[in-house]
Amino acid sequence: MTTEEKVQKELQAKFSFLVDKVEVQRARRLWAEVDYSNFRTVFEFSIDQLKFFLLCTITGLDDGDKLGLIYHLASADGTVLNIKTSVPMQNPVIQTVTDLFPAAEIYERELVDLLGAKVEGLKLAFRYPLTDDWPVDQYPLRKSWKMPASEKGTS
Amino acid sequence: MAEAEEFRIPIGPQHPALKEPASFSVALKGEKILGVDVRLGYNHRGIEKACEERTYIQDVYLVERICGICSHTHSTCFIQGVEEIAGLQVPRRALYIRSLIGELERVHSHLLWLGVAGHEIGFDTLLMYSWRDRETVMDILTVLTGNRVNYGINTLGGVRRDITPEQAKDALVGIDKLEERTKYYIEVASQETTIINRLSGVGVLSKEDATRLGALGPTGRASGISQDVRKDDPYAAYGELDFKVMTDNHCDVYGRTIVRMLELMESYKIIRQVLKDMPAGPISVRAPRRMPAGEVLSRYEAPRGECVHYIKSNGTDKPERVKFRAPTLANVQAVKYMLKDRYLADMPIVIAAIDPCFSCTDRTVEVNDLDKGDTKVMDWQKLHDYSIDWYRQKGIDFGKMKK
Repeated sequence: MTTEEKVQKELQAKFSFLVDKVEVQRARRLWAEVDYSNFRTVFEFSIDQLKFFLLCTITGLDDGDKLGLIYHLASADGTVLNIKTSVPMQNPVIQTVTDLFPAAEIYERELVDLLGAKVEGLKLAFRYPLTDDWPVDQYPLRKSWKMPASEKGTS
Repeated sequence: MAEAEEFRIPIGPQHPALKEPASFSVALKGEKILGVDVRLGYNHRGIEKACEERTYIQDVYLVERICGICSHTHSTCFIQGVEEIAGLQVPRRALYIRSLIGELERVHSHLLWLGVAGHEIGFDTLLMYSWRDRETVMDILTVLTGNRVNYGINTLGGVRRDITPEQAKDALVGIDKLEERTKYYIEVASQETTIINRLSGVGVLSKEDATRLGALGPTGRASGISQDVRKDDPYAAYGELDFKVMTDNHCDVYGRTIVRMLELMESYKIIRQVLKDMPAGPISVRAPRRMPAGEVLSRYEAPRGECVHYIKSNGTDKPERVKFRAPTLANVQAVKYMLKDRYLADMPIVIAAIDPCFSCTDRTVEVNDLDKGDTKVMDWQKLHDYSIDWYRQKGIDFGKMKK
């Protein structure tokens, strides 16, 4: 059994809701999809029991009426487990994971600035990456956001 | 006046000595750093959004411009992700050429870093030497790709330029020279007391803290973490190449210097293997304009650590979403930790040791009494008077000196 198949089986054995939600894409790449209500449990199990010790980054996606989130976890043997989840775009509230990965702070600030996520537990500090005078409620990575014509240069 | 008043100074974002814009708000008590807040984003150009509005082949050239030093890093990381989505079988010769340019890029980046590190500790001879030697690798890159930076070697499905036997021969002459110089630098780093004393015990990061804080690349490896994407999650030709992941257990800036020097030696070894064993055959395959729907996570070991690109396609000729994470972003938390309770004078070299660089402080100082929450601004004259007064209380009266 390959490493990624072993991870897949352990996740499916531990969580019944993951039985048909864990996919092996190729060697060293897995994708799992969970409801946000179960996310933290799966995330902590992957770190503590499956030894995914590194959070590569967090990707945010504008999935229409949902804010998609992918937490990319890596293990020492090079396997990457991508855990996908989502929250409603109308109320995109998520919990911070900086208690588990301090380096996640800057990834979560990106979600706040660029996609409008609300991250509970994220301490107040400098914003990132937009400027301090960036307009409120303007989230440039949302599909509905277009660069104002006045700002466009030649391309 | 309190003997050691707590105050906060801004360093950056714009300063003649800064190599790139970043802002550090440093809380100090005397010369000791109580804490650091980092403000980044001054170079944010919206490249992820711009990629969504351009075709994949246009994006290759755009992502190559994310970084001036790690340009091949980003274009390769992006392109191998797109190729995975498209299901392309990239010719082995192209993969070898990608690894070759990647290692040459690592050599030029590490030699550049060595010079910057020398400069930050007042050892400018090292800066002059290493940057002179760096020209050798820049010349090799120019001959092989046509450019000193932003090589433009990658294209979807392979590479754009082949390597001729004459070019390979010339490159090996340059590599021999660089290896000889690197051996000298290793000797200097291991015997020169200026370097050993200035870098040892500075910017300490234990293996446990490096793991907890997610330190990557030479920063993590100098704390004993044997992690390297080239070995753990091989891409390009690395799965077929013989090389070691260099680690060190000094857990400080000195260790980071040692790791980078040893990595240079491994890079020369890789370059020689690539040039010797490069398979014959085509250098590219035809790539479709429209990519099937899918998503991938692509990883690459940049000179500074793991680089990550997430790419999502939607069946068109433009990506649905791309996400880039460069290694410096992951190392920022480690820097904040390394600076705490250290001296302000160590700040430039500690920050430079992960590879972004800056030095000096601004001349207008915001004094922030952390207990009372009071803030006042001191201009150059007030700061000068403050220092005279501070020393006067210590029994040294500079005010009596002739002006």
